Amino acid sequence: MFEFVNTLLIGITAGSIYSLMAIAIVLVWRSTRVVNFAAGGIALASTFVGSTILEITGSFWIALPVAMLAGAALSAFIEYFFLRPLLKRSGDKNQEIFLPIIATLGILGIMKAVLHFIYGEKIGVLSPPLSDKGFIVSGESIALSPLRLLILGIVLLLMIALTLIFQRTNIGLSLRAASFAPEISRLSGIRVDLVRTVGWAISGAAGATAGILQTVNGSGAVTPEAFEFSLLLVFGFVAAVIGGIESLVGAVVGGLTLGIILAIILMYLGSSLVFFAAFLILILVLLLRPNGIIGVKGGRRA
Amino acid sequence: MLRVKNLTVDHGAIRALHGVSISIEKGQLAAVIGANGAGKTTLLRTLSGLNKATDGSATWGDLNVLHSKPESLVRHGISHVSEGKSVIPELTVSENLDLGALWRRNRKESAQSKNEVVELFPRLGERLSQRADSLSGGERQMLAIGRSMMSKPQLLLLDEPSLGLAPLVVEQIFQSIRDLTNSLGLTVILVEQNAIGALKIADIGIVLNLGSIAATGSAAALRDDPAVRAAYLGF
Repeated sequence: MFEFVNTLLIGITAGSIYSLMAIAIVLVWRSTRVVNFAAGGIALASTFVGSTILEITGSFWIALPVAMLAGAALSAFIEYFFLRPLLKRSGDKNQEIFLPIIATLGILGIMKAVLHFIYGEKIGVLSPPLSDKGFIVSGESIALSPLRLLILGIVLLLMIALTLIFQRTNIGLSLRAASFAPEISRLSGIRVDLVRTVGWAISGAAGATAGILQTVNGSGAVTPEAFEFSLLLVFGFVAAVIGGIESLVGAVVGGLTLGIILAIILMYLGSSLVFFAAFLILILVLLLRPNGIIGVKGGRRA
Repeated sequence: MLRVKNLTVDHGAIRALHGVSISIEKGQLAAVIGANGAGKTTLLRTLSGLNKATDGSATWGDLNVLHSKPESLVRHGISHVSEGKSVIPELTVSENLDLGALWRRNRKESAQSKNEVVELFPRLGERLSQRADSLSGGERQMLAIGRSMMSKPQLLLLDEPSLGLAPLVVEQIFQSIRDLTNSLGLTVILVEQNAIGALKIADIGIVLNLGSIAATGSAAALRDDPAVRAAYLGF
């Protein structure tokens, strides 16, 4: 029982980070219908920015918001200078779907190469701001540590902020309207192009946070080839698909579901099966519930 | 006033509009009728900036309409209610209305406009917090027109508001359109398959056929024109 609760705690923490990455992917998908592999590169680059700021200032609480801003700026930059011209020029429907996918894969590769060029073999260090030693409950150390509590707190805070932005603000209404019905939105006076860039920017900030948290929750160090980031991108996509790719709530449910399942497998079946299991879940969801586990057939959710 | 001269619009290799010239005075309600594929929708989409013109000109007052985007034309008082109950089903009735006034960046004036819309269509007022996909066809059309009114338009472009509605509801919608035109001094272009109903409330009529103007004149005269009656009114 004790072991199971610990496993759940580990799964929920990891899953909350996948949720953030899934949100980053869903936001871009909803605003521009682009499958954004560059989200992994944006998270990686922002995490390097965060580690540099941490090195200079010594404060995690300066490093995190700066990394989020960097992620937002980088993501908006990619949308504005690469994806927007590409989508405007692509001739037919097939190109519109296919070209952006290849483009974001290319951008991911370029970003990794540039980071390699800048940082070389240097490792970006992101030491956790709080202890990762578990709290002691009735003499035994549990998996919940001050660090894990902090991670969960940051994710929860961001989700509340996102919900408020989407449901209560004008830009939130514009973002939802533009993703559901771009033409009606334009006829209503919404500057859809601008709104799309804002959607990418928010996605970049979410991805940056996911990158930072993934690093402090893991090895505490980041390299341009970090395996943790490949995992983050893949698990983010799997979580987004589990949640039905259209829905922010779905992304959260998908991330937590994936995190918990993978933690259970890791604990009881061994680490060699984790990657296999993630892809098996992906395939099963795609085959059995292509609209996601909470998706309604053909429906779109806020 | 709206002046359209020699407007030509192509969809790829197909010429949708061919040298169309129209003049509509401020405060007039113009009905544009014609068969499917006559270019009625293309005309509206070009005037609202959704479609690009190949040739010709269109001015609304001093404004050159043809080289502007829809989102900027709205800011100059041109509002287009596109075909098929143009509301966003995933948003609530209230949000659909708010959407039309976001660009005005004035909460007070927007709230005022919302009150006016609710006064005009009380049924929307009772359903403000419901999702738009829970509305009936007629209510959706009211919502689409209401959203457009939230932008404080001077030139209103309406694409087939009667589509798929019951006859009684069509009559109500047409009456609201006529009332709005009178009370707010709007200029309206009403594109309709329902030629009889549209010509009944309109001041002038424009008959399109295969992308060109086949007949134009006062709505009353068109209603009595034997050729128009035979070809488009069916009696």
